[in-house]
Amino acid sequence: MTSETQTPDELPPISREHKEPTTVAEFFQAWWVRVQAGDLGFLPIIIGLVVIVIIFGSLDSRYLTERNFTNLLLQMASFATIGIGVVFVLLLAEIDLAIAFNSAVGGVVMTLLLRPEDPGWPWPLAIAVALTVTTAIGFVMGVIITKTGVPSFVVSLAFNLGLNGVVLILMTEFSGSGTIRIADETVRDISNAFLPDLWGWLLGIGGVAVVAGTELLKYRTRQQRGLPNKPMGILAMQLGGLAVVVIAAVWYANLDRGVPFVMVVLGFFLVMWSFIAGRTRFGRHVYAVGGNPEAARRAGISVDRVKISVFMIGGFMAGVGGIVIASRLQSVATNSGGGPLLLNVIAAAVIGGTSLFGGSGKVVSALLGALVIAAVENGMGLQNVNSGVKFVVTGLVLLAAVLADAFAKRRQTASGIR
Amino acid sequence: MADPILECRGVSKHFGAVQALYKVDFEVRPGEVMALVGDNGAGKSTLIKGIAGIYPFDEGQILFEGKPVKIHGPKDSSDLGIEVVYQDLALADNLDVVANMFLGREKVQNGFVIDEANMERTARETLTGLSVTTLQSVRQVVAGLSGGQRQSVAVAKAVMWNSKVVILDEPTAALGVAQTRQVLDLVKRLADQDLAVVIISHNLHDIFEVADRITSLRLGQTVDLFQTSEVTQQDVVHSITAGRMKYVPGMEQEEETA
Repeated sequence: MTSETQTPDELPPISREHKEPTTVAEFFQAWWVRVQAGDLGFLPIIIGLVVIVIIFGSLDSRYLTERNFTNLLLQMASFATIGIGVVFVLLLAEIDLAIAFNSAVGGVVMTLLLRPEDPGWPWPLAIAVALTVTTAIGFVMGVIITKTGVPSFVVSLAFNLGLNGVVLILMTEFSGSGTIRIADETVRDISNAFLPDLWGWLLGIGGVAVVAGTELLKYRTRQQRGLPNKPMGILAMQLGGLAVVVIAAVWYANLDRGVPFVMVVLGFFLVMWSFIAGRTRFGRHVYAVGGNPEAARRAGISVDRVKISVFMIGGFMAGVGGIVIASRLQSVATNSGGGPLLLNVIAAAVIGGTSLFGGSGKVVSALLGALVIAAVENGMGLQNVNSGVKFVVTGLVLLAAVLADAFAKRRQTASGIR
Repeated sequence: MADPILECRGVSKHFGAVQALYKVDFEVRPGEVMALVGDNGAGKSTLIKGIAGIYPFDEGQILFEGKPVKIHGPKDSSDLGIEVVYQDLALADNLDVVANMFLGREKVQNGFVIDEANMERTARETLTGLSVTTLQSVRQVVAGLSGGQRQSVAVAKAVMWNSKVVILDEPTAALGVAQTRQVLDLVKRLADQDLAVVIISHNLHDIFEVADRITSLRLGQTVDLFQTSEVTQQDVVHSITAGRMKYVPGMEQEEETA
């Protein structure tokens, strides 16, 4: 029941008092009002990253070197990859505590299938089977959680223990030493090869071009339909800022060995899942189920199907992350998937700004959070502090992140944004 | 007078031993506001949930535009053009106004990409068409809206889909004076646009302001069907609390002691 009285060019403003910002100055004003009201966006995490870099940079001259930068990218890649899956699960206000050992299962399955002549599968097949297995594990968890109504916390805790056991059983069954090396060159290259300088540039510039193209297309469509747009100056500034950051990163990495190949993998999944979360019906339904499951159900969305799919995404990305980790270490071991991995990947998603209460967060927050975690770990590694101190500091960073989020939320409630 | 667009004939529903509805007759015509009144437990919600396809009636017939129809689920109901705005509105707080209005029925281009610009346009047109002018922006997150604004969004969402019957469950229950006014004006505009509107409310003052006819339910049975202009609030209160119930032995006549 839409009224056809308006022509595209003269759609009146929806409110008499409110005016959309049309100039750069107005936009900044509106933005500053939002920040003051507690809608901080990615501001705290960017400030946090700068602070971390300044602290560790002043403590150790090796921290701010191009060699360490590429190392940091390699360290961060696995957290970010698995973190993407965690973001999806958290968007539903669910949790997947089995995600770390699921990733280990992926790494172990792939490695076992790759063992020379036993069975010596080609790498695409081994990777495909590994990802199928981890996705299937996510599927089973999702089915149990949705069909029985048992909280995901408990179900995934059981899977956490069970998959830990599976990793141990597989490793003791197939290796005497507790470690299996990966012989396949291609798989080892995933986390150990670097792009030639030119390819690094092409990747960086191509990525920025894709983002700019989508944004400009959106701008034009909105203009054609007579809808308000953010000022062109702001869009130019945002895209320019992105370009500067990406170009600086590529340049810096190229001073060392180049852009790690694993960034292609990470970049691909970041773009793909961001697109799915932000621009497709499925993504919209994930947010809706996370925000109000009852509203989603009444809107005809199959809540169970969305949940199961999300646990499958979690399993899939865990598998990808497990392969990235195995490739980086060029082996899998009995302790794969153990240690702080689980908490690091969940912390990455949360530090990046994804709410534990569902419905709020972006895929890219996995990248930002992983950068923070890796920056801290890397800095402390250089300081040669023992792992106890590492955990304490990482814990404090996580606490700071969630507290900043909580204060921002309170501000927002007080000022009526949410 | 137009023929009824939606008609329930003798519908019944029981939950275990509890007879929630018994042989209820109900109808609504295009362009009219039909109020559904009754005390708590009278069966108002059961009736509309049956019409909305939340659960099937045990017996009886539903006619839509004069033809018998079967409603097996919410989708059947919305396919016919029946939209229900529930008391809790069922809006996702974390999504903006446009996303909520299109929830579950997003427009797509190229097969799977959400067509945001198209959706935003339609949403704005619908809101403007209903003279809803209190929203700051259709890209505002629903969490930041007032009760009246939320109700307006929920109603706009219901009428956007070329719906023919809009059922509002207690639309003014949680609202202040000014916001109640907004919503009642909106209800009148819906009827002006030739929609059939069913409004459930406990507030007789609101009902007498907007409703053309009033159906009263008592203990799961239809008691009376009033023309609002021909009765007083007193008559309706009497009907709700002590009306005749033709399927209860001994109560066929107006009882005095209930």
